[in-house]
Amino acid sequence: FTKRKLDAATLEDLEDALVQADLGVQTAMQITKAISAGRYDKEIAPDEVKAILASEVEKTLAPVAVPLTLDRSKKPFVILMIGVNGAGKTTTIGKLAQKFRHQGLTVMLAAGDTFRAAAIEQLKVWGERVGAPVLAREQGADAAGLAFDALQQAKANGSDVLLIDTAGRLQNKAGLMSELEKIVRVIKKFDDTAPHATLLVLDATVGQNAMSQVELFQKAAGVTGLVMTKLDGTARGGILVALAAKFGLPVHFIGVGEGVEDLEPFDARDFARAIVGLEETV
Amino acid sequence: MFDGLSEKLSGILNTLTRRGALTEEDVNAALREVRRALLEADVALEVVRSFTDKVRARAVGAEVIKSVSPGQQVVKIVHDQLVEMLGADAEIIDLNAAPPVAILMVGLQGSGKTTTTAKIAKRLTDREKRKVLLASLDTRRPAAMEQLAVLGKQVGVDTLPIVAGQSAVQIARRAMEAARLGGYDVVMLDTAGRVTVDEGLMIEAADVKAATDPHEVLLVADALTGQDAVNTARAFDERLGVTGIVLTRMDGDARGGAALSMRAVTGKPIKLIGTGEKVDALEEFHPSRVSSRILGM
Ligand SMILES: Nc1nc2c(ncn2[C@@H]2O[C@H](COP(=O)(O)OP(=O)(O)OP(=O)(O)O)[C@@H](O)[C@H]2O)c(=O)[nH]1
Ligand SMILES: Nc1nc2c(ncn2[C@@H]2O[C@H](COP(=O)(O)OP(=O)(O)OP(=O)(O)O)[C@@H](O)[C@H]2O)c(=O)[nH]1
Ligand SMILES: [K+]
Ligand SMILES: [Mg+2]
Ligand SMILES: [Mg+2]
Repeated sequence: FTKRKLDAATLEDLEDALVQADLGVQTAMQITKAISAGRYDKEIAPDEVKAILASEVEKTLAPVAVPLTLDRSKKPFVILMIGVNGAGKTTTIGKLAQKFRHQGLTVMLAAGDTFRAAAIEQLKVWGERVGAPVLAREQGADAAGLAFDALQQAKANGSDVLLIDTAGRLQNKAGLMSELEKIVRVIKKFDDTAPHATLLVLDATVGQNAMSQVELFQKAAGVTGLVMTKLDGTARGGILVALAAKFGLPVHFIGVGEGVEDLEPFDARDFARAIVGLEETV
Repeated sequence: MFDGLSEKLSGILNTLTRRGALTEEDVNAALREVRRALLEADVALEVVRSFTDKVRARAVGAEVIKSVSPGQQVVKIVHDQLVEMLGADAEIIDLNAAPPVAILMVGLQGSGKTTTTAKIAKRLTDREKRKVLLASLDTRRPAAMEQLAVLGKQVGVDTLPIVAGQSAVQIARRAMEAARLGGYDVVMLDTAGRVTVDEGLMIEAADVKAATDPHEVLLVADALTGQDAVNTARAFDERLGVTGIVLTRMDGDARGGAALSMRAVTGKPIKLIGTGEKVDALEEFHPSRVSSRILGM
């Protein structure tokens, strides 16, 4: 409760707190430097320090807190989900489909992960849950070909939204990344404005490697927005701050559980407060 | 991003022309770079602190050797300390118990448990000629049981028949019973992913453990993990008594500081690493290689 001087030691503690939330050393230093400007050596109550810190983090995040908007003139509006293995792509497709269904839209899902065991069955369960037909082929089929078929069918059915799942892949694997490029190329062949959204899914536990994920997925597939999953755990996902500073890509949603409703819009203020360890404001 | 800790340390230390021992000042200057390098490699902050303390104790007062530069010398001390903390020797899966030996696989969602379960089963079957039974206790994730069944077929290992409606503990009991009756050596129990703050699911895992008395409890964790590695490792170890760690996605380009974090806070060995999506992409853990990787060397 005692006031504390905003001196070098305090600033170092703040920097450490940010590092522990995965902001990375550089971003943590930039933010603590910003809050010390004009306040250095002044007495500040501990809660106030956190609030100042949160508002500084929020400043970086606010510009990327952009909702995903569907252009209804695109029919189907094509969303491609990409990311490293196990990040939460398939689950997020299920949750997004539910949101669109609640808006009265018709949704089709494409089981583009033709590699992983039971990836197709997993998406089919989600399709049943949310009332969306799933286009699938057998395991091992060509993912780009499947995406093309799905576009054709979604168009023929008059679906409002088509969500295309892809296999998880690590961004340093050239072969798998060029397979992803091919998927995008084939989609563009059908409709050169598609995919209308290419969402990179990031796991909240991820550390500094997310920087390379965004860079390389961006290069291969042209990421238009991010979703961060698993924020219901203990990880704070602070790498989003470093990503916002470097890439400025929109962050659309956060995943907060495994259930169909566990997807929330990204809110810069809430996220910033959680990062610095302040209670969420209701 | 990291063009060698060696170069940076050389820059700092090699301007020293004096001979003799490394002073505390020299070492502290070097350790600031070491700290940063480790944090950029995703080693958890608290582990970085204890690590740099140990290096300081080793390096201050060390005689500068004529044949190497002070920078190289500190890098060697850092590397050796890392190897020591990572566990020096490779430890393998311990099956030394009365069969059927249960192996419980636990971890966060999507860390690679199911895939790793199949990989280990394949290894035990092919290399150690064990008769292995696989069972999925994941009643939550869509098609989790089918996933394990497909993988089991792929590696030629039996999976427990799927019975709808059973709880994780019921399935675990059924698996142990089936293994006893079927003369299996090993039963691998794949569990649902869980965040550690999910009290209900952590209790479920503890109940499974109590019902099956596993000889190994393997924490499957992602090499891409950042600072949260310490929370995860600590929580699973405290609740379930982890006996070893498997680090997946080592085929990625992450530095893998989570290895040091998890090892340091639990004291539990890293037993294996996952190096790909295919069922044979499983390797022994080599502390020296991982140490070099963390240091970007
Ligand atoms: N706690 C929690 N778990 C999640 C969340 N999102 C996804 N998961 C879980 O994470 C695991 C992996 O999710 P998937 O959707 O299969 O991930 P993926 O990216 O499709 O994985 P691959 O296709 O294998 O690359 C599953 O157990 C999901 O239930 C979330 O927001 N919170
Ligand atoms: N590149 C790579 N991918 C891996 C490795 N291990 C697992 N995977 C992939 O990671 C994803 C998730 O693997 P799973 O085995 O389903 O993970 P899990 O922990 O069982 O997931 P949940 O049951 O949902 O908690 C899949 O796409 C796997 O193919 C690895 O060592 N390297
Ligand atoms: K991860
Ligand atoms: Mg998937
Ligand atoms: Mg699983």
